[in-house]
Amino acid sequence: MSTRATGARARLSLPVGKRDHILGPEDAPVTLVEYGDYECPYCGAAHSILKEVQRVMGDSVRFVFRHFPLTQIHPHAEAAAEAAESAGAQDRFWEMHDVLYQNQQMLDARHLVTFAEQLRLDTDRFARDLLDHVHHDRVREDFTSGVRSGVNGTPAFFINGWRYDGSWEFSPLLKALESASVDAAASP
Amino acid sequence: MDDQNQNSEQALKAETQAPDFTLPSGPDEKVSLSDYRGQPVILAFYPADWSPVCGDQMAFYNEVRPEFERFNAVLLGLSVDGVWCHRAYREQRNLHFPLLSDFEPKGEVARKYGVYRDGEGVTERALFVIDGEGRIAWSYVSPMEVNPGADGILNALESLSGKEVANVDESNRRESQTQSASR
Repeated sequence: MSTRATGARARLSLPVGKRDHILGPEDAPVTLVEYGDYECPYCGAAHSILKEVQRVMGDSVRFVFRHFPLTQIHPHAEAAAEAAESAGAQDRFWEMHDVLYQNQQMLDARHLVTFAEQLRLDTDRFARDLLDHVHHDRVREDFTSGVRSGVNGTPAFFINGWRYDGSWEFSPLLKALESASVDAAASP
Repeated sequence: MDDQNQNSEQALKAETQAPDFTLPSGPDEKVSLSDYRGQPVILAFYPADWSPVCGDQMAFYNEVRPEFERFNAVLLGLSVDGVWCHRAYREQRNLHFPLLSDFEPKGEVARKYGVYRDGEGVTERALFVIDGEGRIAWSYVSPMEVNPGADGILNALESLSGKEVANVDESNRRESQTQSASR
C-alpha cells in the first residue's frame, strides 16, 4: 500500500490509454487530463479556456476528458455524460462534448436527443443507449478512477500524470503546461 | 503534505482504540460508534455546515458513497452544529448519511479525538477510518480550507479489507455483483 497521505500531490491512478477520449498527438510532450461534469458551471467556464489553450499549443498538448458527474447536485450530469459516450460510440464524442458544454442549461433528455439529431447521429440507437444506460459503467469507471486519483471536485486537472492544483485561468494554465513541456524535453 | 497542520499532532493516530461516543443524529435519534462494531466506520469531522457548494466535502462524500459501500463501510459526518442546522443542511444538499451533532457539551467528542480547535470553537477537518474492532486504522488532519477528497479513505479501507483493487474493471465487476446481490 502506498504511504502517500491524502493531500499529498496526487498521481493519476489510471494511466491514459486506449479507453480514453483523446485530442492531440500521442507523442505530444504534455498530456492534460480533465475530470469534468457537463452540468458544472466551472467546467463550462474551463471548456472555452481549454479550447484556447489547445489552439495556442497545437500539437504540443494532448487533451483527455474523463467523466466526473456530481449526480447529487447536478441532476442531468449523468445522462449528459452517457450522451457523450453514446455519441462516442458513433465516433462523435468531441462534437457532442462541445455541444453539451455550450448548452449547459439544456441537458434534459429531449434536448439531448435534439443534439444527437443536429450531429446527424443514429438517434434511435442514441435514445436506446440512454434509456438502457448502456454507457453507465464506462462513466462510473471514469468517476472511480478520479476518486482514486484524489479528485475532490470539478473540474480537476492532471498534467503529465500529476494533479494540477493551480489556477485554470488561461495564463496560469498555459504557463503550467508550457513548463511541463520543457520538463518533459529535459528528461525524456 | 509539507505544510503539516500544527494541530494535527494531537489527533489520535492509527493503532489507538477509538473512543466510543453517543451523539444525536437528529432531533429524536442517537448514534453510538459501538453500534457499528464489525464493520469499518469513517468519521469525517468538518468545521461547519453550509460551506460553499462546489468545494463542499460532505456533498462530495455523498457522491462517493458507493465506493465506501463497496467496503461495507459506514460514513458519519461530525461537526459542532446543532441537530436542526444539520437537518436543514442534509435536506438542502440531499445528503444520504448521518450528520452527528457534537454540540453539547460542545466539541466533547472532537476533543477526545484530538481535533477540536479551541480558539475558533470548531473541529478540524479530520478523517478517521476505524476497523470492525473499534481501532483506528488511519487518521488524517487536512488544512482547514482543503477538501481532502476520498483517496486516503479508500486506501485505508482497502488495506483493512486486504482487498487489492487491481484495476478499474475488476472493481466495477465487484460493484455490479454487489448491486445484484443486494437486490
